[in-house]
Amino acid sequence: MADLQLVNIDKHYGAVHAVRDVSLKVESGAFVVLVGPSGCGKSTLLRAIAGLEDITSGDIIIDGRNVTRLAPRARNVAMVFQSYALYPYLTVFENIAFGLRARGETEAAIRDRVNWAADTLSITDYLNRHPRELSGGQRQRVAIGRAIVREADVYLFDEPLSNLDAKLRDGMREELKRLHARLGRTFVYVTHDQVEAMTLADRIILLRDGVIEQDGTPLDLFERPETRFVAGFLGSPPMNMLDVTVEQADGIVRLEDGQMLPTDGLGIPKETGHYTWGIRPEQMRLAQKGEPHIKVAVDVVQPTGSKLLATTIAGRQKLTVELDAHSGVDAGQTITLAVSTTRTVFFDSDGRRV
Amino acid sequence: MRRWENGWRLALRLVLALVAVGFFAFPIYWLAAISIKSPEEIFAYPPVWIPSGINLSGYVALFRNGDVWAVWNSLVTASVSTVLAMILGTLAAYGIVRYRPGGENLTIWIISQRMIPPICVAFPIFLLFVSLGLVDTFVGLIVLYTAFNLPYVIWMMRGYIQDIPPELEQSALVDGLSRWAVITKVVIPMARGGFFATAVFTFIFAWNDFLFALVLTRSEVVTYPVQVTGYFGSQSTFWSQIGAMSMLGVLPMMLVVATMQRFIVRGMSMGAVKG
Repeated sequence: MADLQLVNIDKHYGAVHAVRDVSLKVESGAFVVLVGPSGCGKSTLLRAIAGLEDITSGDIIIDGRNVTRLAPRARNVAMVFQSYALYPYLTVFENIAFGLRARGETEAAIRDRVNWAADTLSITDYLNRHPRELSGGQRQRVAIGRAIVREADVYLFDEPLSNLDAKLRDGMREELKRLHARLGRTFVYVTHDQVEAMTLADRIILLRDGVIEQDGTPLDLFERPETRFVAGFLGSPPMNMLDVTVEQADGIVRLEDGQMLPTDGLGIPKETGHYTWGIRPEQMRLAQKGEPHIKVAVDVVQPTGSKLLATTIAGRQKLTVELDAHSGVDAGQTITLAVSTTRTVFFDSDGRRV
Repeated sequence: MRRWENGWRLALRLVLALVAVGFFAFPIYWLAAISIKSPEEIFAYPPVWIPSGINLSGYVALFRNGDVWAVWNSLVTASVSTVLAMILGTLAAYGIVRYRPGGENLTIWIISQRMIPPICVAFPIFLLFVSLGLVDTFVGLIVLYTAFNLPYVIWMMRGYIQDIPPELEQSALVDGLSRWAVITKVVIPMARGGFFATAVFTFIFAWNDFLFALVLTRSEVVTYPVQVTGYFGSQSTFWSQIGAMSMLGVLPMMLVVATMQRFIVRGMSMGAVKG
């Protein structure tokens, strides 16, 4: 168990600047998720930590040891790959034992550790099989087994669930979280899936174009996104972004189509001007009589069982609202929505939260 | 009705298969027959299809006058050069695939070396070998066969190594192996089928070489194809010895191919589609 520090990491691929001056510190035992759209540099960063990718400049420090120039095997990290990276010619037992053998462990120690890992991941029954005889989910467990069987300082996961179907993914997510709690080791996890990031992480590092866009707890990023990009990336369905004018003196938010929403002045920007108002679908509800509201036309409704997702139109802008499943709202109706400004966010023209 | 149809179809297939096997196996049978026929039977007309007895005089002569060493010489030169070409070629192919020196063109250039008609380089190589004192030595033939087979090995192994997902190697590197260990513990086991298939073909090329063996050997390391030609005299031709020596030359090949058949078939189809 160890902490991990990245200091001013830079990575160029020819003319492409993949990672730009990234610095961060991961505490021992943390579950950190690097998330972002494809090409944001998250996998490059993870591979750099593993030593599979040379960095252009900067330092990687694991447990106080500068490992920047060390070969992967000298860094004492373990990694789970997206494609599982299992050896087809070895049994599950030998696949899991591979890293221990490479490090010259004794036969007895190997047996103990492999059995422990297999037991932890409930794959004891498959130890004598070959990877081709396993399902996707079982292969994924073996891949995780290969990593956790070693006493590594840091465990790296490169989109390990992306090859699984949705149902299996949910199950594995839960297991990974349980595994982390049980092992208490340092996990660094890369994904492009915001649900995985939200559900797994103690801390999310959201990357964009090789730069850390925001770094914080999942709730921090979800409720207090520092930029419009972060707000749009996390949450499903995504946050609504409305172009509005705020009149600070009167506490009024004016929509693009001229509708005016009076507020109590809390949570709105301190200066009058044009802003983007970020409202999560679940932050709106049908307005009661006499309550301040905005009027929207319902375009499409999508019942999810527990909720009703309504895509509505306010002027020329689209607004997705999450309503009660029994609200009775249907396409073609005009409805009134109440929204409190205290938990919604406003972004300036540069996309930064105000 | 159906069953009859299936029966006929099966029978037809079997007959066709037998005809094909007969077509390809007959020359070998004929060779084997010559090697044990008496001189009268060899020249008899109409031909004697099945030898009346087993006449081993051809074989006895080979062992008595020591000509059988030619098979040993072939075995040594072909085996050692195959091992060397496989080691060097696999390492080169690995380097080409993973580090891409010279881009695409390097591989094309390497395989182009294989396209040179051997006769074009036979004379310069002879002169070179004379000056290096390598004519009629094991080292000379082994070096030549290794060099001659390298392009083929590199080309084939490149295809097989390209099929190995890089994550398998990366995973092994993170797990604690060095680059060298990755080659022996991951790359070669992963490309095992192709590796053996390539080795078999490399061995066959060296084993069957006639031209260089003829030009570069005199008396010390005469290989079996050259030895066979020694029985064609101006006065008479020793057919039973030709038959016997040829059989000794064919047998090791048949053994190699029979034991490696599994790899060869898979290796050929694998290599063929991935260039």
